[in-house]
Amino acid sequence: MSNTLSAATLLAVPLAPLAGALIAGILGTTFGGNVIGRRASHTATILGVLIAFVLSVSTLMQVMDGARFNATIYEWMRIGSLKMEIGFMVDGLTAMMMCVVTFVSLMVHLYTIGYMDEDAGYNRFFSYISLFTFSMLMLVMSNNLLQLFFGWEAVGLVSYLLIGFWYNKPTAIFANMKAFLVNRVSDFGFILGIGLLVAYTGSLNYTEIFAKASELGAMGFANPFGGADWMLVTVICICLFIGAMGKSAQFPMHVWLPDSMEGPTPISALIHAATMVTAGIFMVSRMSPLFEMSDTALNFIMVIGAVTALFMGFLGIIQNDIKRVIAYSTISQLGYMTVALGASAYSVAVFHLMTHAFFKALLFLAAGSVIMGLHHNQDIRWMGGVRKYMPITWITFLLGTLALIGTPLFSGFYSKDSIIETVHFSTLPGAGFAYFAVLAGVFVTSFYSFRLYFLVFHGKERYDQNPDAHHGHDDHHGDHGHGHDGGDTKPHETPWVVTVPLVLLAIPSVAIGFLTIEPMLFGDFFQDAIYTNATLHPAFSMFAETFRGPVAMALHAFSTLPFWLALGGAVSAWYMYLINPAVPAAIGRTLKPVVTLLENKYYLDWFNENVISRGARALGTGLWKGGDRGVIEGGVVNASWKLVGWVSSVVRQAQSGYLYHYALVMIVGVLLFMTYFVWIAR
Amino acid sequence: MSLTLGHYLSLGAILFAMSVIGIFLNRRNLIVLLMAIELMLLAVNMNFVAFAYFLGDLHGQVFVFFILTVAAAESAIGLAILMLLFRNRASISVEELNILKG
Repeated sequence: MSNTLSAATLLAVPLAPLAGALIAGILGTTFGGNVIGRRASHTATILGVLIAFVLSVSTLMQVMDGARFNATIYEWMRIGSLKMEIGFMVDGLTAMMMCVVTFVSLMVHLYTIGYMDEDAGYNRFFSYISLFTFSMLMLVMSNNLLQLFFGWEAVGLVSYLLIGFWYNKPTAIFANMKAFLVNRVSDFGFILGIGLLVAYTGSLNYTEIFAKASELGAMGFANPFGGADWMLVTVICICLFIGAMGKSAQFPMHVWLPDSMEGPTPISALIHAATMVTAGIFMVSRMSPLFEMSDTALNFIMVIGAVTALFMGFLGIIQNDIKRVIAYSTISQLGYMTVALGASAYSVAVFHLMTHAFFKALLFLAAGSVIMGLHHNQDIRWMGGVRKYMPITWITFLLGTLALIGTPLFSGFYSKDSIIETVHFSTLPGAGFAYFAVLAGVFVTSFYSFRLYFLVFHGKERYDQNPDAHHGHDDHHGDHGHGHDGGDTKPHETPWVVTVPLVLLAIPSVAIGFLTIEPMLFGDFFQDAIYTNATLHPAFSMFAETFRGPVAMALHAFSTLPFWLALGGAVSAWYMYLINPAVPAAIGRTLKPVVTLLENKYYLDWFNENVISRGARALGTGLWKGGDRGVIEGGVVNASWKLVGWVSSVVRQAQSGYLYHYALVMIVGVLLFMTYFVWIAR
Repeated sequence: MSLTLGHYLSLGAILFAMSVIGIFLNRRNLIVLLMAIELMLLAVNMNFVAFAYFLGDLHGQVFVFFILTVAAAESAIGLAILMLLFRNRASISVEELNILKG
């Protein structure tokens, strides 16, 4: 047992995927002259991620034995006393994140071999996902805010590149632009938070910032609207959380995530479900010593999370695109994590992050497998009965769904039930609403998950009735013709590179919660990574007292509300979509306004497009026409030459060219001088 | 009635005023302009001589010699310019000579 980890090993973890990304990205594309082929590209990137995964697992083992690492590896620059460094901080939280990121990434790499098989951008795709893995590892392993921000922006960049991977598709370009812009808006809050921390602590390093946490807690911040001072730490925490809201798709910054489904399915699984979107949750957990000091910020977080968890779940019910249903489910689950953060149960949030990463990646990859099997049809109205044709996908998807809705003994049950119980104990003012939202969310989650499941895998086979099967819903851009023109339109099971990752992800989706809940939540795994002030925020410790082991928890679930809500959701989905399909239509007719509201996604896109972006453009046009062309050009630049021109046009009248005019001026001048000297200056 | 300095100075002032008016009223002929300038110099000379006589200081009369010399030279150059001007523009009318305008 060693007490510190080796810096070289840690450095190798992010650098191995980076090397893979560079090899595939430079040598495998026209950029470097297509030196290597597809096989070499995917071998290089998978090898890189495999190295990272193996090293991450060994790091996790050592961390569990008590090893820690917190040091600077390289000093980039020094401005005054502010040091900008690259360094690693490895504790339980980091090691867990490293393993999740590299494991999901490895699965997605394998899966991509099958999924992107016919795509022209094969090597580019591998390069991007490896680059993403590098960025995400830099983000989670960082020991300072600058490197965190670097990773934060780098994952955003790769997300942008991958959403717009099919750059010939206008909707994809629109979606990646939207994702980028929404994230910029919230990153502005994040930058403000970092800037405030630097201004008041003079450091970017976590350890140094946390050392000054109690000083920060006592500081005030001049209220720009007058009145009492704000708590500095509240302002900082809310700014940081605004950053997390964009990355983790919290209401109202979630709008980019459903649209990001325009990208290929593997990245929906890797980036927009399992890892990148959880960066915000990770960041808040990492900053827990700061967040613990501000009840206002925690309350804000909890309410935002609760709104997201419940209302985004509703949207999942009416979506017809298989990926969008899962996307809204992701947003809703991120809302659950955020609620847990608000309740000061950071370890529970991170626990749900981990279980969610596995089962949501599984669901996305299984959905991608269905999309492949159905010849790139994504519309669940034209699926049904796929169970027969794709048995492995069916079983794994079912396991993922059961984990998602929180079936006892599955991983999602442990994390989600812990969140609900903790919120129940929370004493913050928003906790009542949050508790209601997460409870109702259980029903909604179960309902939309099983609606999706039944429509896809059970019921009548509708795959040959799609009126626009050959256009419109195509996941790929049009030039590959995957079975489109052949006579065989029957679904088929996907190749082994697709199903093996599904099976490998299904295992932790089922079992990881049962195995790890005790050490992660109630042991000392996060002991020095996450700080909770148990006297001020006792919710989690109260929940911890009721814990009697994973089996007892699962048995106890049968007598609690969430289980019955989940069951109710599943049964009503079964009744409405398999037994009596007239019911949803009837409900849709009676609740027409609600359905319209949901179909328009609460009019948030409308609001953003018509109020925010039009307003911004009107402001820009106003400043351009009024400010730039009116005041600056018209009032300053043009006015100065016009004034000079006017003065000279007046003065020019005196210069007639006639000699006698000049003579007159001379004489008058002489007379004036004489008058002055003779009478006035005497 | 004896002649006093005042009479001479008045004569000089009248001559000067006449020449100034001559410069301004004259619109046609550049030669008249030159003559008016000569007259202006003579008015000044008259003042110099009068002061020199009444103050008993010969310096004024010496000045007059210089002025007469310069005036002669100036007239010669002026007439030469006039000749060239007429040759180039076929006119010596003051009205048309505004090429000094920038």
